[in-house]
Amino acid sequence: MQEFAQQVVSGIAIGGIFASLALALVLIYNAMGLVNFAQGEMAMLATFVAFALINRGMSYWFAFPVTLVLAFVAGIAIQRLVIKPVERGPVLTLVIITLGLATLINGLAGFIFGYVPRSFPSPFSSDSIDLLGVFVSWRDLGVIAVSGLVLLAVYVLLQRTTVGLTMRAAAHHPEASRLLGVQVSWMLALGWGLASAVGTVSGIMVAPILLLEPNMMQSIIIYAFAAAVLGGIESPLGAVIGGILVGLTVNLAGAYLPGVGGDLQLAVGLAIIIAVLLLRPNGLFGRAATRRV
Amino acid sequence: MRRLVPRLAAVAAFLVTLAACGGGTNNTSQTDVGITSDSILLGNTIAQSGPAAAYGTIGNAELAYFNYVNGQGGVNGRKIQFKILDDGYNPAQTVPLTKQLVEQSPQVFAMFSGLGTQAQTSVRDYLNNKKVPQLFVATGATTFMKDFGSHEWTIGWQPPYQGESRIYAKDVLQNHPNAKIGVLYQNDDYGQDYLKGLTDGLGDKASMIVDKESYDVTAANTAAQLTKLKAAGVDTLFLFSTPGFTIKSLVTVTLLHWEPTIYLNSVSNPQVYMGIAAKSGAALKNVTSVSYLKDPTDPQWANDDGMKLYKTVIAGCATCKADDGFNLYGVAVAYTMVTVLKQAGSNLTRQNVMNIAATQLNDSNNPFVLPSVKIQTTSSDHFPIMQEQVITWTGTGWKLQGSLIDERGTIQ
Amino acid sequence: MGRLRNSPPRYLLVAVVAVFLIGLPTVISSFQASEWAQALIFAIAIMGLNILVGYSGQLSLGHGAFMALGAYISAILVHRYKLDYLLTIPIAALATGVIGFLFGIPSLRLSALYLALATFALAVVTPTLIKRPAELTGGVQGILVLQPDPPATASDIFSAVTGTSMTSDQWIYYVSLLCLLLLFWLAWNLLRHRPGRAMRAIRDGEVAAAASGVNIAAYKTLAFGISAFYAGTAGSLYGLSTGFVSPDTFPVSLSIQLLVGAVIGGLASIPGPLLGAVVAYFLPIESNQWVPSQTWIPDQIASTLKNAGPAVSYGVLLILIMIFAPNGLVGLVRKGYDLLNRRLRGAGDREAGQLPQDPQTV
Repeated sequence: MQEFAQQVVSGIAIGGIFASLALALVLIYNAMGLVNFAQGEMAMLATFVAFALINRGMSYWFAFPVTLVLAFVAGIAIQRLVIKPVERGPVLTLVIITLGLATLINGLAGFIFGYVPRSFPSPFSSDSIDLLGVFVSWRDLGVIAVSGLVLLAVYVLLQRTTVGLTMRAAAHHPEASRLLGVQVSWMLALGWGLASAVGTVSGIMVAPILLLEPNMMQSIIIYAFAAAVLGGIESPLGAVIGGILVGLTVNLAGAYLPGVGGDLQLAVGLAIIIAVLLLRPNGLFGRAATRRV
Repeated sequence: MRRLVPRLAAVAAFLVTLAACGGGTNNTSQTDVGITSDSILLGNTIAQSGPAAAYGTIGNAELAYFNYVNGQGGVNGRKIQFKILDDGYNPAQTVPLTKQLVEQSPQVFAMFSGLGTQAQTSVRDYLNNKKVPQLFVATGATTFMKDFGSHEWTIGWQPPYQGESRIYAKDVLQNHPNAKIGVLYQNDDYGQDYLKGLTDGLGDKASMIVDKESYDVTAANTAAQLTKLKAAGVDTLFLFSTPGFTIKSLVTVTLLHWEPTIYLNSVSNPQVYMGIAAKSGAALKNVTSVSYLKDPTDPQWANDDGMKLYKTVIAGCATCKADDGFNLYGVAVAYTMVTVLKQAGSNLTRQNVMNIAATQLNDSNNPFVLPSVKIQTTSSDHFPIMQEQVITWTGTGWKLQGSLIDERGTIQ
Repeated sequence: MGRLRNSPPRYLLVAVVAVFLIGLPTVISSFQASEWAQALIFAIAIMGLNILVGYSGQLSLGHGAFMALGAYISAILVHRYKLDYLLTIPIAALATGVIGFLFGIPSLRLSALYLALATFALAVVTPTLIKRPAELTGGVQGILVLQPDPPATASDIFSAVTGTSMTSDQWIYYVSLLCLLLLFWLAWNLLRHRPGRAMRAIRDGEVAAAASGVNIAAYKTLAFGISAFYAGTAGSLYGLSTGFVSPDTFPVSLSIQLLVGAVIGGLASIPGPLLGAVVAYFLPIESNQWVPSQTWIPDQIASTLKNAGPAVSYGVLLILIMIFAPNGLVGLVRKGYDLLNRRLRGAGDREAGQLPQDPQTV
């Protein structure tokens, strides 16, 4: 029984990590109607930048916000340089560009920083707490807590501020928004900047757990996609809940499903994606989109 | 006149090219493809990009050593040229790149230190058919040494994974005879090879293994597997994993408030990784491993001549970090390569070099391996290194325990 | 001043390229032929991808998975059931095609983005899935594929022409070339006639296409099936040409490489895949070796290019092409012809009244 409880808790813990990246994916979707395949890589590179700053003597609490600002600016820059020229193009073009971006950033990180894994500092202790025989680490709790905070911030931004409303309007009804005087293109840029910043938070939070190296995010990006899809790709709340559910499913399936075992955890992630897309494409919290003919 | 100069230039270029292509045959002493009067060309395929790129530095370290040797005059008057090609750890790339090295001018004399079990398996038959030496492959997969009978142009260097885990088995039987053993292993040839060696080494005590859990390299973490192992009552845990996963597993073990005796494999034991594990929260109590190489971060070798030489050599590689145990490996195996070439003397044929490497190897002065480790092969034994020494983690470093354990002859 | 035709006589161009490819192994070395064989194999896979992505507008990023399927079917049939390798090629192709068709059915329900997501995930998971049924697939050890000797007749012809006997690599090149020519002919016919028009109609506006009576579901799943058929053929040849199949020979980067090739060549063009394949295949090899050996390139740039690896060049290339030349090389060539045309016609002769050329017809 205790083992099962531990597996559940571990599942939730890893789910928190998935959720933190999924939040960034959801933000981009809200801003652009598209998933950014390079989100994980951007977060990883930003984390490396933070690492470089800390290495040069900057304190963690100073480097964190500095990196966030840099990431925000970089997100906007990427949108302006690389996405804007093809904004009105077909989905295919944008997807390919984000894939190209992912490949480029990953290669760049490897080239600049090398592939040896590194430890990254965390404001949370590396200990674990004992909850009735079940153990959870402070860092994992930290990831969940921070994700919750980010979720709150994103929710407030998207649902309760004019800026957020304008962003969503620009994403879903660009033509109508333009007629209303909205600078659609800059709203998209803002969305990219914010998503980049949220991704950076994720990177900085999970690097102490996953170890900082160029392929750090590649190990969780598919699970993050699954989380975003399961939760409803528009819904930040869905991202967090989706993340936790994915973490639970993957962990428990790996531990208890015969035939799956620890080998096929990623395949479970794939199965979740496919199952959701086929059975309930809007996920748990997404709204059904009507297609206007 | 305006047409004459370009024409003359073209003819001159043609003649020069002809001469360059035609050159390379030496009429004193015996030589072979890839050998000129002043150079020996070795070829290598290794992962320098992609998921396994951390290993890529090995090639650079080997190059650094060859450059050093060349700076000292080379081998019997010849400089070693080393061509490294990046195969991204993908055997589908290893094949064309190897063919290129073997068939395209300038053709290599031999392939040296190719990395990756799948990658080197994919070209093994080709190289053997072409009678090109596949020397000192950079993998401990036992097959490269065990199957010499069917592949006489292939030889490994480092201790086979099975040999290493046999030593763990010996240690466990001796020091923890009542252990309840659990194994976490990567689900590929690497992990499976280690597991086999452990099981074989335990012999009829193999039932000491109460649980074994595998993981795939695409796993986010190994928490599920470790939780199961702990719940199974394991008190002696074996980690047959690659460095990233080893570090994370060590942390997870501590997070689970679990204190088993831990054995981890040599690929993951460089001190640099242990440091990362400690910083990330691993308690690292009762951790054992084995080693056959000197660790660059171990203070006991600070004044050792071999270590000083290593530091000198590695300074010649701009991208190599001196602390990285992979680089020491590279320099050590390059040393053996040079020893073989020196031993071949003026009989620099592929057949002779292969014979020496696989049946007459006696690299007894390698300054980078632990003292007394013998690097040798005979006509009936094609495992160059079969000794390792148990090391235990003191909290700040590895401490050599006892003496070298010899597994020679145990793997048929 | 003459007038350039709007595009060169197509049959002539095809014939020239075919002759060039047939003659190529006689002037290059054996291992270079094996490299070109792999480029041709990529071209086959990319033709398939092109049909799916370029023509029917379905975003599949997982073509590496279909190649893996074809490769393993062939390898297993040869290894376990001792079939002749050449026989396994059509079997693997058909089987993969059927599975692709079946894949196409649930894909109908997915929007472009979701299909991209799902197929991308599939590409990432492919090596893991291969490892699992280790008994069948050989697991991590992979399956070694024996490369057949050339048959006597082929070898005789080759020696008559070149004076040297044909190697396995060269024979495999010719087998791949034959498959390429056959499949090219198939694609050409398919795309110039009804199925091609139907698919383009679907790609350009599903609703309008449906309103015009095009059976969307049928054509989309057909596109998937045909595309997988091509990928299966390519996969089977890939295993033969490499001589080895294993989980690590089908990483996600393979799917990306195919996509790069499709995009560089020019989506929705028939010659695009061959061009794109050659570039996508040789680019990493050449940047890894040719560049560092050129002394006129400053050291810093050369070592950066070499060490940054193919990933950076691919990434940059993808982005630049999608921004500046979304119709790929073929698109650029066409633009070039159009430009030339206009110049030749002279400034006074405007194109008033001329309908813009449909950039998608070959």
